[in-house]
Amino acid sequence: MMEILARTPRAPLARLVPLRIFRDNSREAILFGLICLMAVAINWRAPEYLAPKNFDNLLYNLSFLAILALGQLPVLLSRGIDLSQASVLALTGMLLALLSQGSPDLPAFAHVALALALGALLGATNGLFIAFLRIPPIIMTLGTMTVYRGLIYLLSGGAWVSSFEMSDAFKSIGAMRIAGLPLTFAIMIVATAGIWYLLSATRSGRNVYAVGGNPVAARLVGISERKVELLVYALSGMAAGLCGYLWTAHFAIAYTQAAEGREFAIVASCVIGGVSIAGGKGTVPGAFLGALFITVIDTSLPFLRISPFMQMAIIGAVILIAVAANAQAERQPGRQILRRSDEQNSGTEISPGDRS
Amino acid sequence: MKSVLGGARKALGSWEAGLLVLLAGVFVLNSSLSPYFLDYYNLIDSTLTFSEKALIVLPMALLIISREIDVSVASIVALAAVLMGVASDLGADTPTLVAVGLLTGLAAGLANGIIVSVLRVHSIVVTIGTLSLFRGIAVAIVGDGAYTKFPASFAFFGRGYVGNVLPVEFVIYILATVLFAIVLHASIVGRRIYAIGANPAAARYSGISLARYRIALFALTGLMSGLAAVLLTSRLGSVRLNIATGWELQVITMVVLGGVGIAGGTGTIIGVTLSVFLIGLLSFGLSLINVPGIVLNIYVGLLLIGAIAIPNLTKIVASAFLSRHKES
Repeated sequence: MMEILARTPRAPLARLVPLRIFRDNSREAILFGLICLMAVAINWRAPEYLAPKNFDNLLYNLSFLAILALGQLPVLLSRGIDLSQASVLALTGMLLALLSQGSPDLPAFAHVALALALGALLGATNGLFIAFLRIPPIIMTLGTMTVYRGLIYLLSGGAWVSSFEMSDAFKSIGAMRIAGLPLTFAIMIVATAGIWYLLSATRSGRNVYAVGGNPVAARLVGISERKVELLVYALSGMAAGLCGYLWTAHFAIAYTQAAEGREFAIVASCVIGGVSIAGGKGTVPGAFLGALFITVIDTSLPFLRISPFMQMAIIGAVILIAVAANAQAERQPGRQILRRSDEQNSGTEISPGDRS
Repeated sequence: MKSVLGGARKALGSWEAGLLVLLAGVFVLNSSLSPYFLDYYNLIDSTLTFSEKALIVLPMALLIISREIDVSVASIVALAAVLMGVASDLGADTPTLVAVGLLTGLAAGLANGIIVSVLRVHSIVVTIGTLSLFRGIAVAIVGDGAYTKFPASFAFFGRGYVGNVLPVEFVIYILATVLFAIVLHASIVGRRIYAIGANPAAARYSGISLARYRIALFALTGLMSGLAAVLLTSRLGSVRLNIATGWELQVITMVVLGGVGIAGGTGTIIGVTLSVFLIGLLSFGLSLINVPGIVLNIYVGLLLIGAIAIPNLTKIVASAFLSRHKES
């Protein structure tokens, strides 16, 4: 019996066909429409915004934020949060930069593999403590956020590793192009497809949704919460590690404060994309579009001659509006049931999330 | 499950006792590391480095006990400080400046509380938004400049001493701590905050207006952030766009290390006070031997993880041992 229940049905591959994205998810469609509208409006005011030179810049910025947001997505789905991503990014970037200084013969793709492995290791450390020692995710990742950041300083002595100290192989990835597009962008697309496949078409991915959607039910059907937690934090770390290398290779500099303070922008990307911080709800296209949305705003302000000092306030306002819109969209039957059971005073309040 | 937790807690001794041992350890360590540590004036002045943050720790503890969180506190400090700078440039006197700081904080906190209540989304999401918005407004106003002209009498709060022995900031912090301890541990309001955190549904059935408490707690957090902004601005005498960066995480670290459970319903003012002194004195001691702040953060991060991991680990090992014992 348990055996049968434990089998999460495999989602048909048909769900991956892009055309079907928007039929089920009107929220993503609205967000996508909004982004297109914004791009058109920006381009009308400042035609140089989508010119090839700046388009590259847009693609790089999008790639970095999207990789991080897609790493964050499974974590949020499982009811967790990973605040250590920006520190993992910087630590991986610094470690690899120092490595390339010491062994300049290392081929370019070895760096990518190392970045993934290092990131996975740093992320799995979070996962181990969260899964086995039951440390609340926000506390654990807050802790490693500062610890990892401090380690960069210890490793580098606070010094920068700049362009001329890095090997050519190390930097080559940051400038390589495929079919006219930056390789970094192509890597991001592959990573996105990978996470999408994992979350929608594999049992492990469906388990992430199950644990986040209803932990008690997930436990009853025999899904291991620990495995899911280890997986999502390792994935999040992997994404951050990969991004750390691509970032360092692109900007050709590694320093202690790299990406400091970005952790909230990553979570904000997911939230704008309709990912619920309460777990179980959220899609890959959503998180991706959230990252695209923030990137477009981030990169377009200078072209609209809006002071860079206004940027933070505008992003803050946008996040709040997006949160309000999402909250409005969720005002549906679910809430009605909750309210009615309150009024009836039935007393059988089931709040699975609060048990653990 | 709850009884197991409770039992383990009792067996390990209270969280506060553990903190006290750690604090004693820090005292011994620091005084052995540097001969300048156990100097009265050094010690009392070191409180200046954490009194302002500690003022925000108090309402944050209440918020987290009631299952909410506010990550926008540092941005509220920045906004209040910048608006005080603007007011000062317009020729405001000291009482007006203080009023501007406190009211800005109060208004920002109220905004947080109302948005969280109206949207009914998790407060971390809303305050991530206002974190960006509040500091964004502050940055938009101050730009890359700085406000440095404040009335001479305004320096009293951050640099003044009561009777030449106690810094004004420290006195304010101690008074606030006593006040918060009374409210949380000896008043109906405090009992209700615990009730909301322990079981919101039950609290609601017993007639507590969750929305009212939520809004009041966010407003209080804003107000205390405003107060911290007054003291900080007064002490520094200068406001720039990066004022109080990173405070939100330091404040939350102090609260959690103080034994306030992130799941709500548990925690004491004594605990967070001990944790404030623990982190504050550790920072001070290590800075005396020239340990850079970022390295110090490693210790604080490890302390935070260790403080929760070690009791849990002990529990797991103990229960594994017990079950093996039973079997044999």
